[in-house]
Amino acid sequence: MDLLIHQVLSGLATGGIYASLALALVMIYQATHLVNFAQGEIAMFATYLAWTLIQAGVPYWGAFFITVVSAFVGGVVIERVIVQPVENSPVLALVIVFIGLLVIFNSVAGWIYTYTIKPFPSPFPEQPLFGNTYLSSHDLGSACVTLVVLLLVFGFFRFTPLGLAMRAAAQNPVSSKLVGVRVGWMLALGWGLAAAIGAVAGMMVAPIVFLEPNMMGGILLYAFAGALLGGIDNPGGAVLGGFIVGVLENVVGMYLGSEIKLTVALVVIIAVLVVRPSGLFGKVHVVRV
Amino acid sequence: MTDVLLQVRGLHAQYGNTRVLHGIDFDVAQGGITTILGANGAGKTTTLRAVCGMVRTQGEILLAGARIQGVPTENIVRQGVAHVPDGRGTFLNFTVEENLRIGAYTRKDKAQVQQDYERIFGYFPMLKARRKQQAGTLSGGEQQMLAVSRALMLKPRLLLLDEPSFGLAPLIVRELFEIFRTINRQDGISMLLVEQNASLALKLADHAYLLETGRVVRAGTAESIRNDEAVRRSYLGY
Repeated sequence: MDLLIHQVLSGLATGGIYASLALALVMIYQATHLVNFAQGEIAMFATYLAWTLIQAGVPYWGAFFITVVSAFVGGVVIERVIVQPVENSPVLALVIVFIGLLVIFNSVAGWIYTYTIKPFPSPFPEQPLFGNTYLSSHDLGSACVTLVVLLLVFGFFRFTPLGLAMRAAAQNPVSSKLVGVRVGWMLALGWGLAAAIGAVAGMMVAPIVFLEPNMMGGILLYAFAGALLGGIDNPGGAVLGGFIVGVLENVVGMYLGSEIKLTVALVVIIAVLVVRPSGLFGKVHVVRV
Repeated sequence: MTDVLLQVRGLHAQYGNTRVLHGIDFDVAQGGITTILGANGAGKTTTLRAVCGMVRTQGEILLAGARIQGVPTENIVRQGVAHVPDGRGTFLNFTVEENLRIGAYTRKDKAQVQQDYERIFGYFPMLKARRKQQAGTLSGGEQQMLAVSRALMLKPRLLLLDEPSFGLAPLIVRELFEIFRTINRQDGISMLLVEQNASLALKLADHAYLLETGRVVRAGTAESIRNDEAVRRSYLGY
């Protein structure tokens, strides 16, 4: 029983990371109706930037904030320079662009930093916090960081005029233009925010999975499973889905062995697509014929 | 002669290779209401879309003397042109209140915005009662009122109205047109109204243009158009 509680709690901690990446996926999905396959690689690249800064002697939280801001700017630039010109192309062309971005980021990271696995520091102490035996302090700390990020993002979308405008642009671009919203820039901001959230997720997961160009591959799959489970068009649902997948992955790993973990994510993806394509909390789309 | 707010000369518009407007001229006076009448497919909706840069056009569109042709839609809107589009353009997943808030998105005078909420709730009390409700759950008439309110939250100089009577019960239509008159007189908002319901539009407007397959075939004061023999027979039906 103790072991189960332990696994559930640390599942919640990694689930938070999946949840934030799932949120990043949903944000871009809502605006473009496409999954950004490069989301994980952008996060990985940002994490390398943080690593470089830390190596250069920048204190951890300094490097953290510089990385988040750079990822935001990078996301905006990618949307403006690469995605925007192909915005109105057929879906398949866009998917190829996203996959292209994935490959480019992956190989450029490998080219600059090599494929050797590197340790990435955790900002939290080695000893468990508050003398608890269930969670390592990194698990607890990263859970707190993700929670703060999620709350900030929700607060932004819920209470600020800019957040409202971004939701409007994603929902109804034509009407948004008619109330003066600069729809193109809202999309770019969405990419920036998604990249920044991804950067946080990358830095929080890197101490666990270690830093290497392929580190986000599995994570993105879990995040995608979480997003699908909660409903790919529902941010709150996707976040919850991320947490569920985190716990599920850990508990299944405990009973059936950790080799099967990634399979869980794939099973979730397929099960959702077959049984309930809109996810637990997603809107069911009815098409009139 | 009063000042002209919107002046359109030789306006052509096309979707792809299909030409819809063939060089039309019309004006909206400062503080005036102009209506464009015509049957389905005459180019009424396209005319409104052309004014706010939503279709490819040639010709001249002047807002208070400044060219607005080729200006992106959102920048035309920022110059005070609000458009109640065909189909109402409601943000269905937003609450009623959020629909109004997004309408005021470009405004900097936040204190005034707060007053405008109350003024609009005065015009449409049922919106106040439903402010927390999802806009998608409103009835057609309520959504039309919400669309008008959203446009008013922009505090426009010029209000473009695309068939506001479409699909609404006669009683609600009358109420809506009364409110248009009030808004026009009290706030001095000029209007360009596109309608199929000619008798209704001619009662509200001061100038009217009759559009047939992309060309203006009659133009004049609302009074003179109402008394025009041909118009009466084909559009007013008596």
